[in-house]
Amino acid sequence: MTPSNGIKKLSRYRRHRWAAPSLMVVALLSVGTTFSIASEATPDATSTTMNTSQSVQIAEGKQLFLKGCSSCHGLNAEGGSIAPSLIGVGAASVDFQVGTGRMPMADMSQQAMRKKPLYNEAQTAALAAYVASLAPGPAIVDEASLTWERDGSTSAGGTLFRNNCAMCHNFSGQGGALTQGKYAPTLMGVEAKYIYEAMITGPQSMPKFSDKTITPAEKLSIIKWVKAAQTEPNLGGASLGRVGPVTEGLLAWTFGLGILIGVAVWLASKAR
Amino acid sequence: MSKQEKVLGSVANYVDERTGAAKWMKKNLTKVFPDHWSFMLGEVALYSFVILLLTGTFLTFWFDPSQNEVVYNGSYEPLKDVEMTAAYASTLHISFDVRGGLLMRQIHHWSALIFMVAIVAHLLRVFFTGAFRKPREFNWLIGVGLLTLGIVEGFLGYSLPDDLLSGTGIRIAEAIIQAIPVVGSYLAFFAFGGAFPGHVFISRIYTVHVLLLPGIFLALITIHLMLVWYQKHTQYPGPGRTEKNVVGYPLMPVYMAKAGGFFFIVFGVCAFLGAVASINPIWLYGPYTPGQISAGSQPDWYMGWLDGLVRAAPPIETHAFGHTISWNILIPGLIIPGILFTGMALYPFIESWMTGDKREHHLLERPRNNPNRTAIGAMSLAFMLVCLVNGGNDIIATQFNLTINGIMWFTRIGLFVIPPIVFVITKRLCLSLQRADRDLVLHGRETGRLVMTAEGEFVEVHEPLSAEKIYTLTQHEQNAPLALPDVDANGVRGVGGMKGKLRKRASIAAAEQVPSPTLTEAKEIEHH
Repeated sequence: MTPSNGIKKLSRYRRHRWAAPSLMVVALLSVGTTFSIASEATPDATSTTMNTSQSVQIAEGKQLFLKGCSSCHGLNAEGGSIAPSLIGVGAASVDFQVGTGRMPMADMSQQAMRKKPLYNEAQTAALAAYVASLAPGPAIVDEASLTWERDGSTSAGGTLFRNNCAMCHNFSGQGGALTQGKYAPTLMGVEAKYIYEAMITGPQSMPKFSDKTITPAEKLSIIKWVKAAQTEPNLGGASLGRVGPVTEGLLAWTFGLGILIGVAVWLASKAR
Repeated sequence: MSKQEKVLGSVANYVDERTGAAKWMKKNLTKVFPDHWSFMLGEVALYSFVILLLTGTFLTFWFDPSQNEVVYNGSYEPLKDVEMTAAYASTLHISFDVRGGLLMRQIHHWSALIFMVAIVAHLLRVFFTGAFRKPREFNWLIGVGLLTLGIVEGFLGYSLPDDLLSGTGIRIAEAIIQAIPVVGSYLAFFAFGGAFPGHVFISRIYTVHVLLLPGIFLALITIHLMLVWYQKHTQYPGPGRTEKNVVGYPLMPVYMAKAGGFFFIVFGVCAFLGAVASINPIWLYGPYTPGQISAGSQPDWYMGWLDGLVRAAPPIETHAFGHTISWNILIPGLIIPGILFTGMALYPFIESWMTGDKREHHLLERPRNNPNRTAIGAMSLAFMLVCLVNGGNDIIATQFNLTINGIMWFTRIGLFVIPPIVFVITKRLCLSLQRADRDLVLHGRETGRLVMTAEGEFVEVHEPLSAEKIYTLTQHEQNAPLALPDVDANGVRGVGGMKGKLRKRASIAAAEQVPSPTLTEAKEIEHH
């Protein structure tokens, strides 16, 4: 009897049609069990350092979540047919979406638009803490760390903006159209914190710009450029919306031709 | 004779003895031109061209048509230390560091837009009044040439500053060149001196923009005006106006004063726009880099329809024998514009073929009195407008909360559906207006005043029209379809084949109108 007798017996079934699925089940179970034990262990380890106010905040956030968000995002934020899962999106994402009033959505239109926030700052923070407690993700950006005025470079930011942002947000951050009624919103008047959070979380149609793609210093430069574009006076006169030649053509046809025809009528009628 | 008159007289005599100008001046300064506001649209184009020459010359003093890489070090802070071409840097220099430079740039660009607007408005006036008919077909062709060159000239000017928007435009132009089957890639390499963007293109289009095309413009405008002079200006119909005379005012002094004043008004409007409204703020667009693009990139309005056509095209390509034919660029970028402009150029000849009218015309037609032509014009205009709307689809989508796909599908269907509907509606409208004219002539103006007669009957008082008004409303020609025989001498049907059949149907459509009231009809009404 060779030691490979048992193996031989098993290997007889290696081409069995259930072999691959059952192996998969075994693999998944072992990975899942390991993960659940490991992740169970993490809160245990941190619970000692976690202060009570934070756990209260999480509990409060969960209550708010169940009331205001769970109908679309699921009771455990696992997502559903109409809304994505929020596990792992991080506190920054919640702060951006809820803080700018985009969430909760007013209606099931193509895209959540910026409006007056429904939750106050404390409630937003509680919601963010709850979602962050589900799985790690980008944290809320500390406004004190956004030293764009000191550390940013406007001209470098402009080049970065034209390379990465202008194709959707327009050359001067006025926003632009995307497919199927979606759009890139205007960046004029958007707080530095939200610009930064949008870049790291990639809300809605926007891609995520990780710190490897655009370094934190470069992100500050982009913010500085956007702020410069916002405060830049209209150097050539009325800006016509800074959307390019469409409004210019409209003005040439309406005001330009209109006034010239008016004058022509006046000139031709005077001689009578 | 006062002393002043003596001095002027001797100066005039001095010039005349050496040039013999007196006789020519006497004849031509008293030349009569008819008076109507719509005859001044072409003047607007002429004057804005003069403004373009003046402001353009100013800009050439500082513009550097070179694609050499430089690092910007001017006074516009947000672009400091950014690498860019010398062309873009010098445009920034003109805008921010040359006294009055930005104003001149803006006047130049605004007058370019007004120039194209005026050309199109002038073209519409000439088309809808039938001013292109014999003997003015050549002048129509020159006009179509000027329009086409104007589009090219404007596009080149838009491309010169080498900003993000103009580079995007050139990239699309390159794609259109490449879409020409077989020779496209070679032509593109030839134009750019290698692969896009190369380093010679700006200097090449600069020469074309400031030398070649303005020269051709000057030559064509001169011929255009000389033909107007020689053939005399058309006039609207009215009492005392015939095919053989021109009723109006002499060039000197009336039109000298009017035209001179109008020039300054056009200049004033362009300068006003340049002073108060920003146009082509290239410092916001940033320097061109092939890797960058801005949302809402648009051409100037006169290219907008072309951009709209390209945007509407579905992505269709054919790969055969190692070549790619991009129908999505070829059809909207070259074939449809080719058909449209050829059709426009040939329209005088097509109309004369349809109606069989080979006579000279110096009296204009009111648009309603030629319903078929007016409907064709309105139909073409509708087509262009739908294209133009799609050219701005991204701006319209964001400004009016619409979906860009919705606007695109509206265009794709609308391009086929809307023009025919516009044709039918316009033709019906013209015929209705003719009917209204007829009623007006036969029954007079309804005063709205009710009078009770002695018998107790209430009647509305109709005020008879003046003889002049009646003449103006009834003078137009009564059309008849061509008397094309159905069968030839041998009794065979279908004379001229398909072409003959088409001509017969076209001539019937062109002749459709409400008959003008006749004298006997008018008399009969009077007896009521």
